[in-house]
Amino acid sequence: MVSIDVWNASVDFPIFDAKSRSLKKLALGKVGGKIGSEGRVPIIEALHDINISLRHGDRVGLVGHNGAGKSTLLRLLAGIYEPTRGSSRIVGKVAPVFDLGVGMDPEISGYENIMIRGLFLGMGRKEMEKRVDDIAEFTELGDYLSMPLRTYSTGMRVRLALGVVTSINPEILLLDEGIGAVDAAFLEKARDRLNDLVKRSGILVFASHSDDFLVELCNTAIWMDEGQVKMQGSLREVVTSYKGRDPYEFLSAETLERIGQPRVLSGNGGE
Amino acid sequence: MRGAWRQRELWAHLGWQDIKQRYRRSVIGPLWITISMGTTALALGLLYSQLFDQKLGTFLPYVTAGFIIWNFILGVVTEGTGVFIDNEGLIKHLPSPITVHVLRMVWRQVLFFAHNLVVYFVVLIIYFPALTQPYKMEGDIVQHPGVSWSALMAIPGFALVVINAVWVALLFGIISTRFRDIPPVIHSFINLIFFMTPIVWHVGILNKVTDGDGGWRVLIAELNPLYHFVEIVRAPLLGQTQDWHHWVVVGAFTVVGWALAMIAMRNYRARVSYWV
Repeated sequence: MVSIDVWNASVDFPIFDAKSRSLKKLALGKVGGKIGSEGRVPIIEALHDINISLRHGDRVGLVGHNGAGKSTLLRLLAGIYEPTRGSSRIVGKVAPVFDLGVGMDPEISGYENIMIRGLFLGMGRKEMEKRVDDIAEFTELGDYLSMPLRTYSTGMRVRLALGVVTSINPEILLLDEGIGAVDAAFLEKARDRLNDLVKRSGILVFASHSDDFLVELCNTAIWMDEGQVKMQGSLREVVTSYKGRDPYEFLSAETLERIGQPRVLSGNGGE
Repeated sequence: MRGAWRQRELWAHLGWQDIKQRYRRSVIGPLWITISMGTTALALGLLYSQLFDQKLGTFLPYVTAGFIIWNFILGVVTEGTGVFIDNEGLIKHLPSPITVHVLRMVWRQVLFFAHNLVVYFVVLIIYFPALTQPYKMEGDIVQHPGVSWSALMAIPGFALVVINAVWVALLFGIISTRFRDIPPVIHSFINLIFFMTPIVWHVGILNKVTDGDGGWRVLIAELNPLYHFVEIVRAPLLGQTQDWHHWVVVGAFTVVGWALAMIAMRNYRARVSYWV
């Protein structure tokens, strides 16, 4: 069973400036005796006392200002950072899409990048070879796949990255903002595939500033502020209090119907 | 560790990719590695055989083999200190065991070593007559039996060196990520160590000075751990007599080094992503 549990987790970054990262200072600091906090490494509390419990089928949007801890939280959920205090338990195959430039080599072709990304996400070489055609079809990159990656536009890179993560049947999908670079038509295709993926097998956590994306992909939301969870609940409630307005207000009737939401928040007393 | 082994296809592919990558647009590709090794070994062999009054037929192969092994050690140590720092992006963006990066680096060095080994075979063919009969290098007390099938002993020797390479990269990598002084320190001392290790000079030279037993001078080589690592691979390749104590020293380093690396891994593995 796929699940994410995080108990009272904190993530503290030690900030070593060039001086304090040297052995000399450590040695001198010990000899000198009581320098106290002055000699200590300053710490940034990126996340503080996080409690999250996610289960199969959860599609969570992460909202919050820049620097609120969204990306750090995603990395905590990916298992890249182990909490410095508290604990976390992640069950399931994780596929993160964070920075699109990383883990991709600009000099090698799209095909080879697909292979490397797949291997990094825990797939075997043979399994990836089977999926390459599927990815090629989904990304619509065609002959571009045999060109070096440096010739790709940002949107094309997003397509490639999304193509890989959605093809390997991950159980936990973590998306950071930045996938906004794709065009509307592709987004629609990706949305179907992502929804399908979440329904089939798992959890989606998606950090974004764009209401449209959140509305399309998520049903619940977490509002991060200064490294803490400020609010957790249904997407509509959270985004309404975060932005101060209802994100569903201006959507077309058609979209509303598709995502199964009434135009007006129940109990809100009309427009 | 186990996770990294399960992902062996990943690092094997990446290491291979690194080599292909380096020569993507060049015409003779990976042969450059071999060519540069060949010229260096040739030049060093010619120069030092004259300086130390050695017979070229045995000394040139000696320098070549030693230099190829040294190049592997040099690559592991210098790249090992930066193994996590250089992979910052990957560590922060994709969850994978950090050992993957170490194994990728070591595997890449093994592939380089394999390229360089071509030079050894070329030299072996050229000086085959001089090497296959019993010979003595200038200053040697015992006679070397010459190259025979016992050269295959170099395979377990090199395997042991590779096993050591992994812990060196793990341990130095973790320490260097935390303390950024370590890589420059190592980079500046590694050249000194090259000249202190019997690679362009021969241990027998130490005996020659006193016309017999070298006395305390032998310690210059014996106290240098890298000498033993070089020797367990080089001696079989050249058909030289080999003292068992080299294997003991290397074996001891393997055990102690891995124990240290394991302790470092257990305590600081999770911290690496915070430090990079």
